[in-house]
Amino acid sequence: MDVVVCVKQVPDTEQPIRVRPDGSGIDDQGLNWILNYYDEHAVEEALRVREKHGGTVTVVCVGPPRAAEAVRTALAMGADEAVHVADPALEGADHLAVARVLARVIGQLRYDLVLCGRLATDDNASVVGAALAEYLGLPQATAISKLQIGDSLATVEREVEGGVELVKVPLPALFTVERTINEPRYPTLPGIMKAKRKEIRTLGLADLGLEPGEVGAQASRVRYTRFEPPPRRQAGQVVTPDSPEEAARVIVRFLQETAKVL
Amino acid sequence: MEFGLSEEHRMVQRTAREFAAREILPVASQLDAEHRFPTEIVRGLGELGLMGVMVPEAYGGAGMDNVAYALAMEEVARACASTAAIMSVNNSLVCDPILRYGTEDQRRRYLPVLASGREVGCYCLTEPSAGSDAASLQTTARLDGDRWVLNGTKAFVTNAREAWVFVVYARTEEEPGARGISAFLVERDHPGISVGKVERKMGLLASSTCEVLLEDCRVPRDNLLGRRGEGFKVALSTLDGGRIGIAAQAVGIARAALEESVGYAKQRRQFGRPIAEFQAIQWKIADMATRIDAARLLTLRAAWLRDQGKRCTLEASMAKLFASETAMWAAHQGVQIFGGYGYIKDYPVERYFRDAKITEIYEGTSEIQRMVIARNLLS
Amino acid sequence: MQNDVWVVADHAGGNPRRITLELLGKGRELADAREGRLVAVVLGHGLLDLGPAFGQYGADTVVAVDHPHLHAYTTDGYTEVLSALVRERAPWLVMVPSTAWGRDCAPRLAARAGAGIVTEVEALWLEDGRLLTRRPMYTRKVMGIVEYVGSGPHLAVVLPKVFPPAGRQEGRAAQVERVEAGVSEPRSRVVETRSLQRERVSLTEADVIVSGGRGLRGPENFALLEALAAELGAAVGSSRPPVDSGWVPHDYEIGQTGKTVSPTVYIAVGISGAPQHLAGMSGSKYIVAINKDPNAPIFQLASLGVVGDLFQIVPKLTEEVRRLKAQG
Repeated sequence: MDVVVCVKQVPDTEQPIRVRPDGSGIDDQGLNWILNYYDEHAVEEALRVREKHGGTVTVVCVGPPRAAEAVRTALAMGADEAVHVADPALEGADHLAVARVLARVIGQLRYDLVLCGRLATDDNASVVGAALAEYLGLPQATAISKLQIGDSLATVEREVEGGVELVKVPLPALFTVERTINEPRYPTLPGIMKAKRKEIRTLGLADLGLEPGEVGAQASRVRYTRFEPPPRRQAGQVVTPDSPEEAARVIVRFLQETAKVL
Repeated sequence: MEFGLSEEHRMVQRTAREFAAREILPVASQLDAEHRFPTEIVRGLGELGLMGVMVPEAYGGAGMDNVAYALAMEEVARACASTAAIMSVNNSLVCDPILRYGTEDQRRRYLPVLASGREVGCYCLTEPSAGSDAASLQTTARLDGDRWVLNGTKAFVTNAREAWVFVVYARTEEEPGARGISAFLVERDHPGISVGKVERKMGLLASSTCEVLLEDCRVPRDNLLGRRGEGFKVALSTLDGGRIGIAAQAVGIARAALEESVGYAKQRRQFGRPIAEFQAIQWKIADMATRIDAARLLTLRAAWLRDQGKRCTLEASMAKLFASETAMWAAHQGVQIFGGYGYIKDYPVERYFRDAKITEIYEGTSEIQRMVIARNLLS
Repeated sequence: MQNDVWVVADHAGGNPRRITLELLGKGRELADAREGRLVAVVLGHGLLDLGPAFGQYGADTVVAVDHPHLHAYTTDGYTEVLSALVRERAPWLVMVPSTAWGRDCAPRLAARAGAGIVTEVEALWLEDGRLLTRRPMYTRKVMGIVEYVGSGPHLAVVLPKVFPPAGRQEGRAAQVERVEAGVSEPRSRVVETRSLQRERVSLTEADVIVSGGRGLRGPENFALLEALAAELGAAVGSSRPPVDSGWVPHDYEIGQTGKTVSPTVYIAVGISGAPQHLAGMSGSKYIVAINKDPNAPIFQLASLGVVGDLFQIVPKLTEEVRRLKAQG
């Protein structure tokens, strides 16, 4: 079972993220760049598939040169090979364009399964995975919380509103994974040393036979115009009711009339 | 000049940080309260390669360097100073001398197990009447056929209660002072070694500190570590690495005090606003952050020098002195920022305060460090 | 058709669900601004009476595709049908609800139809003829403003509860156009759907969250929250201290080191409001805080703050909700 995992490097959102005063982007000073959490789970799942069924795990990443560190993290977790597409012409590419680049890379690899994180914590889009499946012509299931590989067929679980769906998908297929799917391993120190010796194949658009006009900002159908800090929450009222009964009534009235959840 | 960490150092830092945040931090105060040795955590550290950071891969270690070790120590100590102490002894005081002075057989026997975290080692140098003046130790070892027979009492031995292998220093020659000392690898199952009193300490409560009794303790002849009469050389060789480790531990404790203080200062409201808005608090925070950064830089420089194979005795002493005093000072400030809450066990700064103190004492007291530094400048 | 606004319906047997009404409300406004039609696109099988069902909420037209393969959602079926419709009719804007199926289908549809796509949309507006959206990013620490490039079709995957549902106009009906479409056999198959009722309501999906902090004093008192949550159909969460103290498992934790949630209502019980916690829940639409310390920072953020003893208030609140539900 050869598995391809798509990964992205993102700023650690457990640290403060601030918008630049002119709204042109986020302030990248002091940002800690990490492998997207959801992608960690995708790598973990790929490694588990390999442990059970044999085969290889190849990591594919589209991103600037610094993203190589996220790729290296995936290698340190245990992935076998890596391809990193870095090209200045990809600045401003939208998610569909990124998916087209990934499709071009993955189209040249041997695979039975493609895994992606359900979303990247930076732009929070959940677009690349399913779009990539489309470009590769693969069946898909998104946001899966369980994966079982059978003979030419995978059985997955995905949470839907109010329930869990069990879906059978023929392989090869693409899945995007939820964080509930597994507990990712930490890259061990020996793993980090081994990863240091593995080669990351770095490609530009030209190596893939792609033109900036096909996948760069010019080809993008959406564009970020500015960024804003989240709206400041208006402080509401603070009350000191005379009795617990009164307190309960105040809250219930709020739930009914303002929040409308009752 | 390059102050940035390499890619693999950042990865080590991240692994240690995540592990500490997820596996150690949530139970740290409980371990402290229950005086419980973190067996599972130590095993986890071993699986990650953190119990034998510098042990080569061939002996089951991570094959990394002092900088990686210092970074990992800081992260572990940020969550739990006791766990960091356990890790430090195993890495700096047990694996390191076995790697440097052990025979091939000794390395193969001990290092893979110690690096895996399945067992830990301990270090028996100090005696009830030989502390800073370690060369005055009185434990003896005499050869009897194919066995060494050890007699004496060791004091303040970290990890002793749990240890599988004890690095024991004993006097093998008639000569007084440093020259008559040899080092031995004693296993818990060797006859005649036992753990005596478990000390009731101020801090580091999740790690054991014990008396170790050697009563006609018989050890195979091959368990001599290094050459006969050169034990003090073995002991001295651990000093620089050990001090770098404790400096990093101190930085971790100080950082814990800072981070908790920052969180609390932004949240705690007095006189109608968060106390973080008061200059008295701001200055404390600024000073803590500045001193911690200086301590970390000193520590990483010493580690880097050691990795380059350069002499770093002066730098390691400076780092250990400054970082440990920073830890004590920062914990003190932390308790002050928390006010009454800082004095009770519901908040972790109380533990940092107790844990920080030992860093000024073990692996050479602040006074010894100052002696070393002064000697380097004045001799 | 270049000005039409489509709403791909989330429905139960041809009856629009709440999120569809929200999209129809917003869609009506945008269609009017563009002088286009508002079209509800309904995929399913055995669909009846669609005209009034969607017309009364503002749709001008219902485009219905009725096929056995569309009885339940499948990626292949929906993508095939929708992309063919979009390519053929070139609407200006296609609004898709951010539901499990909407998120599954939309990127694929965008890729096949060559439409620009924006997901997690929580605002949509026209500015100098350009269509803009606002969406949360970086775990809600940043809002991004995204513009669609070109004349369309534009695809917007819209979050639930960000727009008010369309008002009902009694007697209004939409014109229904039934489209005959061939639908290929879908490659994947849903073999079972299990209801989540038996499990805890998931924190990240919950509409209402009842969350406890250090003020609960011990694990046994989380039962108070469980009882309230059961009445409200809410999920139970916690801040970090109860997790650290081992009162509740790790997966309860909301905040910097736990989950990020954005329910309609977040009821913070005995939670002081440490920054680490606020990071995980400040995206909540309404925050109700119960705390005995009037200076607790949580009150700075609360839509409704109640100063008092949680051990007295929570049981009364549970009772009150139960009484209300009994009245129907």
